[in-house]
Amino acid sequence: MTLEELDSYQRTNGKSKNWIRVGLDTGGIAAGGKEVLASLREEKDDAGYEVDIRSCGSCGLSFADPTVEVQVEGMPTMLYGAVDAKTAPLILREHIGKGHLLDDHVMATRKRATSLDGEKQTAVLVMDTCVVGGDKTKFFQASFEQELKVHGFGDEIRVYRAFDMGLYDRGLCAQLFPSGVTFSNVLSPDIRRIIKDCLVEGKIVEDLLESESDPQARVVLRNCGKIDPDSLEDSLRNGGYRGLRRALTEMTPEQVIEEMKASGLRGRGGAGFPTWLKWKLTRDPESQRKYVICNADEGDPGAFMDRSVLESDPHSVLEGLMIAAYAIGASKGYFYIRAEYPLAVERVRQAIEQAREAGLLGRKVLGTDFCFEAAVRLGAGAFVCGEETALIASIEGKRGSPSPRPPYPSVKGLWGMPTSINNVETLACVSAICNRGAEAFARYGTEDSPGTKVFAVTGKVRHAQLVEIPMGYPIRSVIFDICGGVLDGEDIKGVQTGGPSGGVIPEKHLDAPISYESLRELGSIMGSGGMLVMDERDSMVDVAKFYLRFCVDESCGKCAPCRIGGYQMLQIIEKIYRGRGEESDLSQLRHICSAMKSASLCGLGQTAPNPVLSTLRYFEHEYMAFIEGGHAYARKIRQQQKEQEKVAS
Amino acid sequence: MIQRMINATINGMPVKVPDGTSILDAARSAQLKIPTLCKHPDLLPTAACGLCIVKIAGQGKFPRACATPLEEGMDIVTHDGELTEIRRSVIELIISNHPNACITCGRNQNCELQTLAAEFGIRSDSIKRYVRDIPMDRSNGSIVIDFTKCIKCGRCVQVCQDVQNVSALSFLERGINTRMAPAGDISLAESPCIKCGQCAAHCPTGAIVENDETVAVWEALRDPELFCSAQIAPSVRVALGEEFGYEAGTNLTSKIYAVLRRLGFKAVFDTNFSADLTIMEEASEFAQRFVHGKGALPLITSCCPAWTDYMEKFHHDFVDNFSTAKSPQQMLGVMAKTYFSEKMKIDPAKHFQVSIMPCTAKKYELERTEEMYASGHKDVDIALTTRELARMIKQSGIAFAELPDDEADSILGEYSGAGTIFGVTGGVMEAALRTAYNFVTGENLPKEAIDVTPVRGLEGVKEAEIDVQGTKVRIAVAHGMANVGKVLDRVRAAREAGEETPYHFIEVMACPGGCIGGGGQPYGVTDEIRLKRAQGIYQDDRDCQVRFSHENPEIKSIYKNFLGEPLSERSHQLLHTHYKPRKVYKK
Repeated sequence: MTLEELDSYQRTNGKSKNWIRVGLDTGGIAAGGKEVLASLREEKDDAGYEVDIRSCGSCGLSFADPTVEVQVEGMPTMLYGAVDAKTAPLILREHIGKGHLLDDHVMATRKRATSLDGEKQTAVLVMDTCVVGGDKTKFFQASFEQELKVHGFGDEIRVYRAFDMGLYDRGLCAQLFPSGVTFSNVLSPDIRRIIKDCLVEGKIVEDLLESESDPQARVVLRNCGKIDPDSLEDSLRNGGYRGLRRALTEMTPEQVIEEMKASGLRGRGGAGFPTWLKWKLTRDPESQRKYVICNADEGDPGAFMDRSVLESDPHSVLEGLMIAAYAIGASKGYFYIRAEYPLAVERVRQAIEQAREAGLLGRKVLGTDFCFEAAVRLGAGAFVCGEETALIASIEGKRGSPSPRPPYPSVKGLWGMPTSINNVETLACVSAICNRGAEAFARYGTEDSPGTKVFAVTGKVRHAQLVEIPMGYPIRSVIFDICGGVLDGEDIKGVQTGGPSGGVIPEKHLDAPISYESLRELGSIMGSGGMLVMDERDSMVDVAKFYLRFCVDESCGKCAPCRIGGYQMLQIIEKIYRGRGEESDLSQLRHICSAMKSASLCGLGQTAPNPVLSTLRYFEHEYMAFIEGGHAYARKIRQQQKEQEKVAS
Repeated sequence: MIQRMINATINGMPVKVPDGTSILDAARSAQLKIPTLCKHPDLLPTAACGLCIVKIAGQGKFPRACATPLEEGMDIVTHDGELTEIRRSVIELIISNHPNACITCGRNQNCELQTLAAEFGIRSDSIKRYVRDIPMDRSNGSIVIDFTKCIKCGRCVQVCQDVQNVSALSFLERGINTRMAPAGDISLAESPCIKCGQCAAHCPTGAIVENDETVAVWEALRDPELFCSAQIAPSVRVALGEEFGYEAGTNLTSKIYAVLRRLGFKAVFDTNFSADLTIMEEASEFAQRFVHGKGALPLITSCCPAWTDYMEKFHHDFVDNFSTAKSPQQMLGVMAKTYFSEKMKIDPAKHFQVSIMPCTAKKYELERTEEMYASGHKDVDIALTTRELARMIKQSGIAFAELPDDEADSILGEYSGAGTIFGVTGGVMEAALRTAYNFVTGENLPKEAIDVTPVRGLEGVKEAEIDVQGTKVRIAVAHGMANVGKVLDRVRAAREAGEETPYHFIEVMACPGGCIGGGGQPYGVTDEIRLKRAQGIYQDDRDCQVRFSHENPEIKSIYKNFLGEPLSERSHQLLHTHYKPRKVYKK
């Protein structure tokens, strides 16, 4: 591919054509996305609709899987959530056929307009955003319809029940369509005001207006859910390989590293090491060969950020890997992907194949002197292989155990050569930074932690989903404003971040802004981006036990403190959880924690005590309750947990 | 190139060490011992145990002293209250995963974990013990593995994989279930194990020990029907003393003769004698091949049973290059049960021959092929390691150090300096050259050339060209199995290219340093100790009046009276053996 050919791909203007896209990442498929796609195609063939039906990646709204995005001439692009094979044909018949939206599936836009600009509104999306007190959406819809009739809009303006509005606990909310002007806490008398002011006079009801758009910023997830991950062309039409183009044609490798420095990008795998410095340390040593590796061994329980990016926009990561290779002087790169991600593996392999066929990989990339080859290596299901030295050992075909550092991989890595290992999300940031410039990236976030970060918010949360927010945003807002707070309205107890290496942040600290430093101060870590919400019914001893067990299962067994320390701690915690604990157990726990933290060889062992330490720090009373309450208390809690699990399943 | 020196501070004291020195070694040079259970001076750091953690000013974490090189200006604390507390916790954790069986352990009083537990004053099992029940592996007659005692330091795996290039041992499973075991979870006997015993020599605990056969020897000694005789290998004399408080390398030949008699052996022979015999046969073989072109070159020594096992498994394209001369142990055994028994009118069926060897593979060699029964009986009945002999001496109550000197039994006891140097890497080559020179030229090496210094020392591969009156003999000496491949690959490459062989004669010893560093020698071997033992051996050589095997009067008489001449029919029948390809895995 030449530069001219690359430049010939222009951003498509989506309005010119009718299309439907079904989110087919692992989550979408699990929720029935493939059946939805088949059903749509069948209906299209039967009824002969002029529409292009394709699959795409995930837009991150896991709670709404499977999602279907629809573009039809004359209407804004609309997203439908929780579509199934039965409702899918309705999208064609109603939305495409008649320009009508679908009740209970249509998602209101989170970009909230503040003026109507004289545009004619054709519909109102309504929703009751509170979880407690019964759903009043239908009643609200009826009221609106009735009032519209009264004002003579009965035939022109329809009222739809929205599936989601991105607003929570704001009472009854209404969004005007297609403008996106949104009102919250709407009471019955307000309906008339909205109709009169907005629809008749074209004004805004200021006191009800939700003027702030969704705080999320899509850098990493820029194309996720928007493009077809199976199509290189789709990626190229959406800015793909523009960052690489800029790096190769306008910048020296040193300038690329400088650009990373200016962006302030830090490793998104968890430790937050400055990316530019890692690259510089790998660039500096003289060596005949160097390697770049994309670490896609995402293994934290509940984390699926990297999987989603690889499944939804693999080219953005491949592009980032190529930029990294150019910066450090490598000509070979590996994707190390866990075998449990078959779809990600398939899509990355396909992306590599497509790039190779298009001449984006291989010799003289884009007509420059840069040569690069990429390959996929599979992880065999060991969490510890996300650790750099263990990952390298695994690629080399050895037992996946960490080695002491120094020597660091930047000096002596894969096959003994300088190697830079970057996480999926980091590399997706790299291609964005090279494309849009360091400044555009650093505009987001805080001084020490610039940019955005993707979190997988799961657990007892109303709307589990992927969230990409600027650093510095408070945890509480992520949970409550974006994800709707705790499932069925319970009180939140804490949020677990950083997976098994992280800790539990209690409710009182949830206003802390998200950054590498702030989370560490709270006894947790940023980690790769898992965020698990826990409510008052969750036992913190159980939580500590869960994460510790994970680390015990995943310990490679090489070093004594982690191998034995983790196991012995788990024995003690299980003893406490069974109601057989003694007070001295807590000091024993702290003792082992300290030895394990200080003397373990790698990050897994050093951080494995964190869930225990942080729960001991903030919830020691829960441990004491088990110790003092004995068997009876333990039985009661266990019973509660069991009931909860039943409800959840 | 001048090595850059690093200046740093350890516990407030300035230290200056060469660039690349680990903090552990730098501290040692400042008279500080940082505890470790996994780092061995022979091996690269695995960083497994977590005991050698130190503090470096300005660093939040606790780096491992074994794996962290000292850097300019570092300010290091190796010992303080916090570090001691962490180390104690780690030791307690390791103990919680280790059987409480010190009293009945093969390493009792000699165990690195036991020592540390004592030093740290651990007085209770504060953490509940969890030891997975795994049956011992006794499948291989040389080495016994008690997996439950393994602390997963990784030394044995590293020595087996990297130093010996055998890869019989590996780690299986993960987490708390991690265990050292033969790769593929098969028995040791089914594995590629060459029985060198380096795993046992490097094990910090009693997880891998030699197969103790002292009880069987005691029983034989007690049996009035039996005539028990013993032989001691060259390297045993300079190492056994370490078990009795002597400096490494102290030559205790005469005391060992004395103690063996006191233990009840009716005859005491010296393997050095049969080493001379081996040289007679091997040097003749070399002369035949080198001068007369009868047989393949290079000639490769075969007196190390771990090496022959390795060759048969991994390099059997060299079978024809092997010297067919038996090892000194086997030669002495067969001579004892034929020549000696005949002369002394002992029924060879009642003659019980025990060898004292530095080696665990020697136990395997006893039954290697049918040729090990050349006397019509098992030529050597039991091979004991140096460590086992030390235990027998201790059990016997004999105050070893106070014993008067004694002599070996004649006709199989006198040895030359060439025989004694068999015990150290390069020694067989040197001894063979001394005699081969004579066999080729008809003259002895000039006095100043008797010491073949290029083949001495601990370098992994040693190469030299020896001038045999105008003809160059190209030789190579390798020890440590990982070093053998390079040498053989050169020969292979030449063979494939149709070129002349790069070497005429190759000596190989499985253990680093040769037999002085054997897997059955007293524990705690390092290069420092290997060098001391080697010095003891070379001193013994210098002290010998006769320094050529072919000039050993007892050797001369055995050929005259019994064998005829080297490579005679009788020699072939009694003193030679054959090699064949073997499968690497038996399963």
